[in-house]
Amino acid sequence: MTELERVREEDKKLAAERRKIARDGPRLSGAKLEARLERTWKRPRGILGWLATVDHKEIGRRYIVTALIFLALGGALALLMRLQLARPDNDMIGASRFNELFTMHGSTMMFLFVVPVMEGVAVYIIPLMLGTRSTAFPRLNAFSYYMYLFGGLLLWGAFAFNIAPDIGWFAYTPLSGPQFSPGKRADIWAQMITFTEVSALAAAVVLVATILKTRAPGMTLARMPLFAWAMLVVAIMIIFAMPSVALASSMLISDRLVGTNFYNAYEHGDALLWQHLFWFFGHPEVYIIFLPATGFVSVITETFCRRPVFAYPVVVLALISTGILAFGLWVHHMFATGLPRVGYSFYTAASMTVAIPTALQIFCWLATMWDGRPRFQVPMLYVVGFIVTFVIGGLTGVIIASVPLDLQLHDTYFIVAHFHYVLIGGAVFPLLGILTYWYPKITGRMMSETLGKIGFWMMFLGFQLAFFPMHFSGLLGMPRRVYTYPAGLGLELPNLLSTVGAFVVAAAVLLFVINGVYSLYRGAIAPPNPWDAASLEWATSSPPPDYNFAHIPVVKSRTPLWDEKGELPVVTGLRADEKEILLTTVVAAAPDLREPVPYPSLWPFIASIAVGIVFITSIFSPWALTIGLIPCAIALTAWFWPKELKRNPEPVIS
Amino acid sequence: MIRPVRFAGDVADLPTHKFGPSSLTWWGIIAFMVIEGAAFALAFAAYFFLMGHEQGWPPEARRAPNLLFGTLFTIIILLSEIPNTAVKKAANEGDVPTIRRLMPVMVGVGVVLLIIRGFEFNNLNVRWTDDAYGSIIWALLLLHTTHILTDWFDTVVLAALMRTPLAYEGRRLVDTDENALYWRYVWLLWIPIYLMIYWVPRL
Repeated sequence: MTELERVREEDKKLAAERRKIARDGPRLSGAKLEARLERTWKRPRGILGWLATVDHKEIGRRYIVTALIFLALGGALALLMRLQLARPDNDMIGASRFNELFTMHGSTMMFLFVVPVMEGVAVYIIPLMLGTRSTAFPRLNAFSYYMYLFGGLLLWGAFAFNIAPDIGWFAYTPLSGPQFSPGKRADIWAQMITFTEVSALAAAVVLVATILKTRAPGMTLARMPLFAWAMLVVAIMIIFAMPSVALASSMLISDRLVGTNFYNAYEHGDALLWQHLFWFFGHPEVYIIFLPATGFVSVITETFCRRPVFAYPVVVLALISTGILAFGLWVHHMFATGLPRVGYSFYTAASMTVAIPTALQIFCWLATMWDGRPRFQVPMLYVVGFIVTFVIGGLTGVIIASVPLDLQLHDTYFIVAHFHYVLIGGAVFPLLGILTYWYPKITGRMMSETLGKIGFWMMFLGFQLAFFPMHFSGLLGMPRRVYTYPAGLGLELPNLLSTVGAFVVAAAVLLFVINGVYSLYRGAIAPPNPWDAASLEWATSSPPPDYNFAHIPVVKSRTPLWDEKGELPVVTGLRADEKEILLTTVVAAAPDLREPVPYPSLWPFIASIAVGIVFITSIFSPWALTIGLIPCAIALTAWFWPKELKRNPEPVIS
Repeated sequence: MIRPVRFAGDVADLPTHKFGPSSLTWWGIIAFMVIEGAAFALAFAAYFFLMGHEQGWPPEARRAPNLLFGTLFTIIILLSEIPNTAVKKAANEGDVPTIRRLMPVMVGVGVVLLIIRGFEFNNLNVRWTDDAYGSIIWALLLLHTTHILTDWFDTVVLAALMRTPLAYEGRRLVDTDENALYWRYVWLLWIPIYLMIYWVPRL
């Protein structure tokens, strides 16, 4: 028998076996199906099973918890800085330690808290919202989490060993170059960046593929939840923006380690090259942080106003145009470096233009509230707090887009006030709102409404108290990143107020955590759809089972749970004996393919360790890149290589 | 499910693989191509940014890289598209014997290219430590070498897998198709890099 004949013979046998496969449908549904799916989707127990998980809910939870721990750490540093600045000529913290504190605070908040927490929430909720059983590339998703974790451990491990970076969160050359930052502090910062870049890029690929290919049948692009739209735009932005900082930090490391001259002015390099590359990433980063939050706001506004968000197409187009415009603004961070006249005009105009789509979204939410019947529960309160605070931050943004003003205010506390208004007001408020909103989804219990309301008002008022006075200290000329200031300049009162406010904010965050932990054990059991929401994540129980949905829902509108009053339409035919998801077409979401879901695997974890060793040892020797790549290649091959080299009736990813 | 359900269709008869944009991994590969493309585009921007500071390019007292090895590399990588297209076609037709015959050819091509690349580094007439021009030239060539190396290794692993009975599984044919797609990207990206390293300094 030739090989081809043997294969044909085998094909026939496999076709016969294929007919016997257990699938969901009229003959297998209800409790029997659920028990079967439970067995199929369960991961192995124990520490190894824990490390091998590919369940997006487990990975999403880890992302969120880890990011919140980094929030607490970064917040503690902020309190230390505020204590130091509470009164003039304070000598509690010295100048160099203060440099470390603001570098650690900024880097932690930007790279280890706010971007990862948004990814974590998305990784948890997007598949549920889209009506599918898993993310695309779940092993890549696990890898992404471990890379993030190791990046965070590197930075904070360095802090514990007193070699924390002290060059500011944007690490300008030449300060961060070999001449002015000897030692390894700057390298640790740069490699922390590499870890979090790899992690964010991996998560972005997972999200793009998940959103485009795994939506429930009938969920066309025009019916997709606005949070999914926001995350699609964000993931694409990550894909275009993060390579810039990866390239910039690789060049920085090679300047420091092997003597290249990218940023070395003596050998015809240019320190401004760093600023261009950094801000080409850094400005989109602001929107990478802000746009997921706009998705949260749309979700909360819709549910708590009991009507679909006003002018859905306008919101979608606003998200997309913000994503595009964000790449044309980076030079406004560099006004003080000296630019051609036309550069000033162009980037001022572009910076003011981005206010338009953002304002459009805000008007759409306001119209939704106006036309709806708002319920002012905790998530909705955070939305209102967001709108007030973010609008103030947006207005100061338009102010400093103007070059003459920017040249006055550059590097003062006015800027510090501005970006905390847009980042805390624009991202953290909606985040706290959405965590309250999805808490019952994740845990099956409700958070305390009373504690939540107290926390919100402490957060909102404390925030204004902490950051509003900074506008004045900035206008009075107080530069950012100074460890102290002299008495008698009028800076005492605004700084004292800021410090008091910072402690109120910290108490509010603490209260949020207490509420979260308390409610985990004592919170009221959540009803199936506690807020009477419209999107699919509420079509399954809370917390969701490992397989998310027993049958894949079919969608006919933007707000399926409101519009399908009685029975929920579903499709059948996915395997119950192996992990499988349904792929649909990109635009129309017509059923397209059945796709096997990978088994749990330790290899993403092992690969992340191998890659981590390369990143950390390459701080010390360029040879790490050549020798260290061998274990990486082995781990990645083992990750991909099938565990059984025989054909199955239908493909599995073992 | 928290509500009773109504059965509105069945997907059991859908296929488990398709070529092109239907495939999930196709989207993954496109996403990684865009990531790499963004990194390359920014490296190109850095090249022209540094060039803008100079009176001449290469800067005075430096010679442009020798043409021989870079041009040889270019010719071979362009010719490699012939077996590459054949592999891609065979994958789409499910022609496993042809794939098994041609994948080792692609592996061999990769080895030859990597050897020539070594000579290229030796013929740049500048070291990365000399000045910013040297740094960016080396960076471009190194970035592309990483590109060649990773795809070469991918091809080795896939060639080995296609020797197993799994070669007859449709999803493996899709892998082969997408690996060939990626190789196209590798040589397409080489063209601007070749021009920037070897010809822009001769303008």
